[in-house]
Amino acid sequence: MKGNPYLFAAYAATWIIHIAYIGTIVSRYARLKREIDELKKPGLRSQEKPEARS
Amino acid sequence: MSKLFFIFALLTLLLLGYALHAALVTAPTERTMGDVQRIFYYHVPSAWTAFILFFINFGASVYYLIKRNPTADIVALVCAEVGVVFCTVVLITGPIWARPVWGIWWTWDMRLTSTLVLWLIYVSYLFLRRFSSSGQTPTLAAALAVLGALCVPFVYFSIWFFRTQHPQPVMGGGGSIDPRMLHVLLINWLAFSCFAFLVCWSRYRLERLQRDVDHAHAMEALRDPRGKLR
Amino acid sequence: MTPPTGITRATLLKDLRLEWRSKDAINSMLFFSLLVVVVFSFSFDPTAEESRQIAGGLIWVAFLFAAVVALNQTWARELRNQVLDAYRVSPAPANSLFLAKVLGNFIFVIVLEALMTPLFIAFYRLRALGPAWQLLPLAMFGTWALVVNGTFFAAMCLRTRSREIMLPLLLFPISIPALLAMVQATTAILSGESSARFWIVLLSTYDLVFTTVCLLIFETVLNAE
Repeated sequence: MKGNPYLFAAYAATWIIHIAYIGTIVSRYARLKREIDELKKPGLRSQEKPEARS
Repeated sequence: MSKLFFIFALLTLLLLGYALHAALVTAPTERTMGDVQRIFYYHVPSAWTAFILFFINFGASVYYLIKRNPTADIVALVCAEVGVVFCTVVLITGPIWARPVWGIWWTWDMRLTSTLVLWLIYVSYLFLRRFSSSGQTPTLAAALAVLGALCVPFVYFSIWFFRTQHPQPVMGGGGSIDPRMLHVLLINWLAFSCFAFLVCWSRYRLERLQRDVDHAHAMEALRDPRGKLR
Repeated sequence: MTPPTGITRATLLKDLRLEWRSKDAINSMLFFSLLVVVVFSFSFDPTAEESRQIAGGLIWVAFLFAAVVALNQTWARELRNQVLDAYRVSPAPANSLFLAKVLGNFIFVIVLEALMTPLFIAFYRLRALGPAWQLLPLAMFGTWALVVNGTFFAAMCLRTRSREIMLPLLLFPISIPALLAMVQATTAILSGESSARFWIVLLSTYDLVFTTVCLLIFETVLNAE
């Protein structure tokens, strides 16, 4: 079990791929979160002072 | 929903840990190949999971073509994407296993080649989803998924006949498998299926959210014509 | 009302007449495959025995790439002046249009093959050691396999971004079994070492399955919005 580089490489590669994919999901999720916050903000602003954005 | 997700995630992690322990410690060492054979416990379950995901993609695409159900479209997209990830794992662990056992990184063996072609087909599916304009993506993608799935038996038969004409590397351990090994294999498969389900679930929620946000953007643009166009 | 076969014939004749007048597709395809032949013979410089082994792959890859040139133009022509939109609102069955396009491309590619094959034979000093007549059904089935999927995918790529790139990306993976069958059968016939029968049967099954499915879902794809 110990010291076989091929075995280690295969297991490591598997998890690197999975974690990289989960990373893309998380980053897309974070970007979407920011977008949602932005979407909420200008809506409020335009109701408060309509001339601010002209 | 969220609580259920975390409980399931925790269970999956525990199962994956147990499966890893089983693969590395509990499973008996193979006589001819030694410890390298333990790649088997990651390679084969990933392949089975990928095939199942592609099969669900096919089913969801057919359902979409008949019923025009947007949920089926999201399921098809998610399954194809996660399936490609698992297929990539198969294609990378395969050569790492082949190198010490057969002495070569890659051989145009039947199973390797058909997995590669399958991977190519589903990557092209993801390309189509990326490049087509949003309104018609689901229909076009579903059509491609149906054609791609129909292609699979042809890929398999053609490569099978192609390969039987040429010498093949000797596959280790053809025939019966030690019941303890089978047990570990099934545990790993269960763990990876749960993991795949978990990833699909989070990807599904992301896609749902993405579509809601796109919809909100469209509504915003309609409601406020002076607003900046994004 | 015009019967479906009448619509197919009218569209096909229109395409052929257009091509006859401009000769855009056939000229670019011919020149393209000529380039492939020349470039490959420079990079390999094969003997007669070697070329018998590689010619199958070479010929079909050249025809495949050349066919993509024609396939990309099939539908783009109908986008001008909203011809395709007019077709979509008309009661004419979508499959007649699809069949006309497939037949048109089939004729173009077959003409290309007929013109290019003598050149291949001369450049690579080819002589079939197996039954040469089998090359004829092989070319028919093989070309049909490429063209039926190619026309379908070209219609699919029509409204995607950068459609010229998309078509080969979609077409090549799905065509791998057909291409493998064509190449292996051609090599088998040229070298006379094994029988090409299995490959021809496989190709005809492939044609049958994909033609049926394309006809079943073409209307959905054409009207996708």
